[in-house]
Amino acid sequence: MKSIILKTATEYLLPILLLFSIFILLRGHYYPGGGFVGGLIASIAFVLHSFTHGVNSTLRLLPVHPSGLVPFGLVLSATSMLLPLMAGKPAMTGLWIEEPIPVIGMIGSALFFDIGVYFLVIGVVLTILFSIFQYSE
Amino acid sequence: MIDNYLILPVAIHLFAAILLLFLWRRTVAHRIVSIATSFIVMLLSIRLFSKVYNGNILIMEAGSWKAPFGIVFVADVFSCTLVLLTSFAALAVSIFSSAGISRSRILYGYFPIFHFLVMGLNGAFLTGDIFNLYVWFEVIIISSFVLMTLGGRKAQVEGAVKYMAMNILASTFFLTGIGILYGITGTLNMADLSIKIAALENRNLVNITALFFIIGFGIKAAVFPLYFWLPSSYHTPPSAVVATFGGLLTKVGIYALFRISTLIFVPDEFTKNLLLFIAVFTILTGSFGALIKRNIRRMFSYLIVCHIGFMIGGLAMFTGVAITGALIYLFHDIMVKTNMFLIAGLIRQLKGTMNMDKLGGLYTDYPKISLLIAIVLFSLAGIPPLSGFWPKLYLFEAGFINRQYILIGAIIIGSFITLYVIAKMWADVFWKNPPENDGRGEELKDSFATLSLSKKTMLVSPIVFLAAISLYLGFCAQNITEVAERITSEMLDTTPYIEAVLGKTY
Amino acid sequence: MEILLLILIALLYSTGIYMLLRRSMVKLLIGLGLLGNGVNILIFLLGSITKGKPPVIDDKASLFRDIYADPIPQALILTAIVISFGLQAFAIVLLKRVYVLVNSDDLDDLNTPEEEDI
Repeated sequence: MKSIILKTATEYLLPILLLFSIFILLRGHYYPGGGFVGGLIASIAFVLHSFTHGVNSTLRLLPVHPSGLVPFGLVLSATSMLLPLMAGKPAMTGLWIEEPIPVIGMIGSALFFDIGVYFLVIGVVLTILFSIFQYSE
Repeated sequence: MIDNYLILPVAIHLFAAILLLFLWRRTVAHRIVSIATSFIVMLLSIRLFSKVYNGNILIMEAGSWKAPFGIVFVADVFSCTLVLLTSFAALAVSIFSSAGISRSRILYGYFPIFHFLVMGLNGAFLTGDIFNLYVWFEVIIISSFVLMTLGGRKAQVEGAVKYMAMNILASTFFLTGIGILYGITGTLNMADLSIKIAALENRNLVNITALFFIIGFGIKAAVFPLYFWLPSSYHTPPSAVVATFGGLLTKVGIYALFRISTLIFVPDEFTKNLLLFIAVFTILTGSFGALIKRNIRRMFSYLIVCHIGFMIGGLAMFTGVAITGALIYLFHDIMVKTNMFLIAGLIRQLKGTMNMDKLGGLYTDYPKISLLIAIVLFSLAGIPPLSGFWPKLYLFEAGFINRQYILIGAIIIGSFITLYVIAKMWADVFWKNPPENDGRGEELKDSFATLSLSKKTMLVSPIVFLAAISLYLGFCAQNITEVAERITSEMLDTTPYIEAVLGKTY
Repeated sequence: MEILLLILIALLYSTGIYMLLRRSMVKLLIGLGLLGNGVNILIFLLGSITKGKPPVIDDKASLFRDIYADPIPQALILTAIVISFGLQAFAIVLLKRVYVLVNSDDLDDLNTPEEEDI
């Protein structure tokens, strides 16, 4: 799409959407949001960029190919899911640190599960959509 | 009894799949990791089976949420027997795939997807939550779509369209059933559902809901009016893939059907008659279809359908003896069907084709392998004392007690046609002289003789392994019968299951 | 509200099944998508769309009534949406591939004769 308005808007929207996706990711434990929605918002940012600049320039923008994010996200999620087994608790039980860290707050295994889902969703969505784009070009 | 051990058959496959994703494009590492994982999971499954068989039903409450509210994983004898058989089949397919799957398919990620598939199977067997069962079904079908289309030949993607459309439709029916079930009971835990459904006044509503599940699982198990996707797609992917599909995927449908009809929707007269009708026609159509097919894998696909009917027939009679027979048949079928498709793959390696018109003379070329294959073929046909014979004995007994003579007739016809088809295949593939090449057809070549010794071992040893298990099922039928009778008593009296999940004071 | 949703579900199911029965592959895809949406709304409806019905807490205990709604239908629908997203993405790629190979949109053309089997 060769629309100058969309192109200019994307320049500003890309960082804002990415920041917003991280915000959604982090508030997800007690409020609406989480890794899946955050990941979708982040991938929408990149999809918007690929609409205006083409898939190849979006791929150059990303430090790794999106399909490389899939195993990374999976290993983070699966580890935090099965880590409680080592502690003798059922899988997927939330493990939390004893004392809250200043500024950041409480950190538990649920956070890492969500971060894993975040990367997994970005990886899967972008891989699927970009391969469809490139297939039809 | 709460024990987190039971999640390991699922977790190890998940980690293996992730590890394989990190080892992308390293085909040798893929093969080694896959075989090692399948072997480890087999040992774990044996331990799980002995734990459950010699002790109590094990449960794990995911996320420490108490039973009716959170997702529970339950290992009773039925679940862990199927996990055990799955692990045997998965090990055999892993070894066979290492030599039988082309390098390009491994580069496209055959092994990670295979482990996701087996993870889904183990999860489906172990879960005690009906929506979680749906999720595992989806894990299974998404992995199976990818396995089916891997390679992307024309026939393959054509088969995959039919397979995909029918399986998504089945999931939709299943999910609709779950939605209605949640609407009328307000719970998703299978043990809790068992109590709440039994207490419902409106039996017609329950029957309608049960029909959604029967249709959904029926498509997956390939029963009579819903089986057409199976013979039109199972002959297309590589044999190692179809071995997993034919041995295990349809059996998950059977497992789910047994689980819901014993635990949640205990069949009344209407449902029993419906299942009986389905069983008779599944046996007849499946066996008649097998009669006319000249391609080995197409013929086996119809035999899968035919033998699904035997198990449904056992369920339809719904007495202790009948269910025991159906269960023994299920165990036998998982082992033999997996092995049959591995054999089809081996025959293709040996002779370059699977068309029975072009095959022949295998017995003179490879007498030892032929004898090995003969064992498997005879146990499929049910020649005593091999494993296919004993469950039919139970089914006949149950049929005579319940006066279901039509079903008995259908089982006899199905067995004889299976025997005839197998005998014809034996004559065509092994005894007949190979047809003269009249110069028009392309030259068929034996790609087996030129393989290295290690590859030959990898192709033959899984067949030996599964044949040995089949022989054990046949010659030590006493032990298998004990397991099956134990499962039957668990199915007909679900109180221990419910107590294990919900606690003594539900 | 219930009756409107009911009509919507009926529409989605019937159009979905109608589309599945057509011979075109694209319509098959649309049919599967419509059916998936129909199921999601069915779960939404049957999860009882009353406001503030707590799932875990007893009906008589009015402690959390104003704050919590039943989260299970939402969780089910979200899971179902994620799954159908994956399935449909796969289906689109598959049907595109079939279209390139067979050069036809008609499902009846998907019958490579038996001789080409290996």
